[in-house]
Amino acid sequence: MSPDRLATLSDQLVLAAILLYLAAMVGYALELAFGRVTETVRERKLVSVGGPAEEVPEAAAPEPASWAPKAGLAGTVALWLGWAANVGGTLTRGLAVDRWPWGNMYEFVVAMLLAAVTVFLFLQVRYPVRFLGAFVAVVAAIGLGFAVRVLYTQAGPVVPALDSYWVAIHVSAAIAASGLFIVGGVAAALFLVRKEGPSRLPARADLERVAHRVIVIAFPIWTFAVISGALWADKAWGRYWGWDPKEVWAFITWVAYAAYLHARATAGWKGKAAMIVSLIAFACLMFNLVGVNIFIGGMHSYADVSK
Amino acid sequence: MTLTEEKTTQERPKGLGPIGWLRWGWRVLTSMRTALILLFLLALASVPGSLFPQRGVDPGAVARYLTDDPVKAEWLDRFWLFDVFKAPWFAAIYLLLFLSLVGCVLPRLAVHLKEIRRTPPPAPRNLARLPHHADIEGDLASAEAYLRSKRWRVATGEGWVSAEKGHLRETGNLLFHVALLVLLVAVGAGGLFGYRGNVLVVEGDGFSNTVAAYDRYLPGSQVSPEDLQPFSFTLKDFQATYVGPGHEKQGQPLDYFAKLAVQDAPGAPEREVELRVNEPLEADGALTYLIGHGYAPTFRITGGDGKVAFEGPVPCLVNNTATFESECVIKVPDAAPDQLAFLGRFLPSTVPNGEEWLSIFPGAANPTVQIWPFKGDLGLDAGTPQSVYDLGAHQNLKPLGQMTASPKPMAVGEAIDLPEGAGKIEFTGVKEWITLQTTYDPGRFPALLASGAAILGLLLSLQIRRRRVWVRLRDGGVTVGGLTRTEGGDFGEEFAELTKALEQHARAEVKDVP
Ligand code: HEM
Repeated sequence: MSPDRLATLSDQLVLAAILLYLAAMVGYALELAFGRVTETVRERKLVSVGGPAEEVPEAAAPEPASWAPKAGLAGTVALWLGWAANVGGTLTRGLAVDRWPWGNMYEFVVAMLLAAVTVFLFLQVRYPVRFLGAFVAVVAAIGLGFAVRVLYTQAGPVVPALDSYWVAIHVSAAIAASGLFIVGGVAAALFLVRKEGPSRLPARADLERVAHRVIVIAFPIWTFAVISGALWADKAWGRYWGWDPKEVWAFITWVAYAAYLHARATAGWKGKAAMIVSLIAFACLMFNLVGVNIFIGGMHSYADVSK
Repeated sequence: MTLTEEKTTQERPKGLGPIGWLRWGWRVLTSMRTALILLFLLALASVPGSLFPQRGVDPGAVARYLTDDPVKAEWLDRFWLFDVFKAPWFAAIYLLLFLSLVGCVLPRLAVHLKEIRRTPPPAPRNLARLPHHADIEGDLASAEAYLRSKRWRVATGEGWVSAEKGHLRETGNLLFHVALLVLLVAVGAGGLFGYRGNVLVVEGDGFSNTVAAYDRYLPGSQVSPEDLQPFSFTLKDFQATYVGPGHEKQGQPLDYFAKLAVQDAPGAPEREVELRVNEPLEADGALTYLIGHGYAPTFRITGGDGKVAFEGPVPCLVNNTATFESECVIKVPDAAPDQLAFLGRFLPSTVPNGEEWLSIFPGAANPTVQIWPFKGDLGLDAGTPQSVYDLGAHQNLKPLGQMTASPKPMAVGEAIDLPEGAGKIEFTGVKEWITLQTTYDPGRFPALLASGAAILGLLLSLQIRRRRVWVRLRDGGVTVGGLTRTEGGDFGEEFAELTKALEQHARAEVKDVP
């Protein structure tokens, strides 16, 4: 296929991914709305595998609809299909431009959401986290929509500074870490929205557990992304750290997530306080991506967003 | 040590006394809460560094801010907001965090060293009270053998086996925190013992690494001019290629490189180096980077007296990176009888557009220059510093002839006779210039090692759990109990697997010894 055809195919696949993510959201949401009510106190498999599962009596709740699990399953299928379209969109873009498909902000956001959905699907295979599906799906759909509407740039070559194997190392790490942090951010946000007690929303303990688990994995990857960024800067600009706005915010994000881990591990903060810290950190991550690229600039102004 | 402790506790009711206050301060400084607060403060303190232009990053933007809004800028400057990362308040946070880290890491290191050598504690009496426990078949000897084979640290006693694993967690954690300390030191040392210089070089010209040769030179406080590595080079050629017409990204650079002939020391053999964006020149630990490029049209300028007063390239500042339309300033103090000056606009790929001329492409396909001539007194002897890229400071210049918004451009080889018999300017050719940055930073390698160690430490600290397992004899088998110091994660799963393995191991041993 010619590069132009591939580029067009890539655009179509990204659109397909948006629609499928929306479908997945509907499926998952129906299951949440008409399925079982969850309670904070009930010990889920995710919380403790070994200990005896304590059965807490169900609160008086309406009988769950019998078709609800099927809707959830349909959501899962749609999410897998959307994921496949997202993978295809990124792959064809890479083939069309003959380089790593994360050379500008549009491509980066598409890949980052792909990473987030991948993380979620992986978690779903291993742990019972279907309750998060609707929220991950809607974030992925909105994110991709934003990328297509606001950030879109025609497929093409990158500036010489970006034509480097460091893209594969540094940007890939940033994408992987961001994907994980997004899942953590979704769980933390839900935690704050959900009140204690019975609710249609997932149990707080589960949400906190998921958030912690992904952040613990993401933090070393983010550390690596920052360090490999410094290595690249040392190659490209002659200093490994220059307090460029992008670097400043990568550092702030890192410190904020370190503070979250610290708060949990050493200060013993649990629940709301720790979740709020993690959300502050997540906000820093997002500001670095959107705010710094669009409003501040600096040497990292490779976002290539059409104005 | 003990004495002072007693004294402070005794004196507390009457006030702490100087040593007491010191101890109190040290305790507060090295507490976790303070460390957390300092960490947050450090993040917060770096925010203005991304919101306001910084002298170390973009001095031009700071200068513009100062002229655009002098009152506000003066206040910002008073609080070091254009030099956030060199500000005393930033240094204060950084140093306090450093101290706090030292104060917390060193004692923990000592505790950890002791801890590592300690054997696991005896089994509690009632293992069924532990969060994880199970009654299984088996015996103590096989349990001990199995645990040892899986590299648990094991202790035994009357009727029990005790095992512990996961000291690597704390080791990793300490490694991470120590690595942070080393990183802070390496960055600081790099600043003290390193230097940075920027220079602009035109094709055909040379550079030798001396303080005087730099346009801007920023040494660390422990660097003297003799410390500079004695390399030199000539810029043979510079070439750039751009995305061609018909694409949204027309004019975007695809590749550029500079060919240098380098000598590592006076008298050393010459070597050819191709300098590219991600491929710096290395000479003796100093790295030289290609960071920018532009055009330097060459001129021959004759004064009113008919003598050539200037001949050579004039580096122009790039106004628009998509078209490389550039702005040039030529000062000719040697022209007689009047000194001359020119403003120029260089257009690498010129096309007419109504009454005007534009550049449509960054490559030099059809290079021309538009010229605005001036004569008068350049005042170069007055001693006030002047930019070579600016005529704004010269009040004693007056325009020659009629000033128009867009004079007809000169092509290469063309000349203009200046009005009022002031002389002549010829556009003789086009060269290119590059800007280079040389950095020498002895801290970069230690910083890299420390960063690697930090990641390793983090992985250990976050992924390993410290846990204990006890086995106690009971009638017809053993009871296994487990405890983890760190809540969360999958210890339940690991514990279930462990009890299964212990049971299997016991059975296998029974089969082996019929
Ligand atoms: C004075 C300063 C500091 C003190 C007293 C301190 C102390 C500690 C302690 C005691 C732990 C152990 C947690 C455990 O065993 O589970 C820890 C973990 C950690 N620290 Fe620090 N630390 C300091 C500074 C920093 C800094 C500057 C960072 C990085 C920005 C950092 C990042 C971490 C991380 C990521 C962990 C691992 C958290 C986890 O185990 O989940 N610390 N720190």
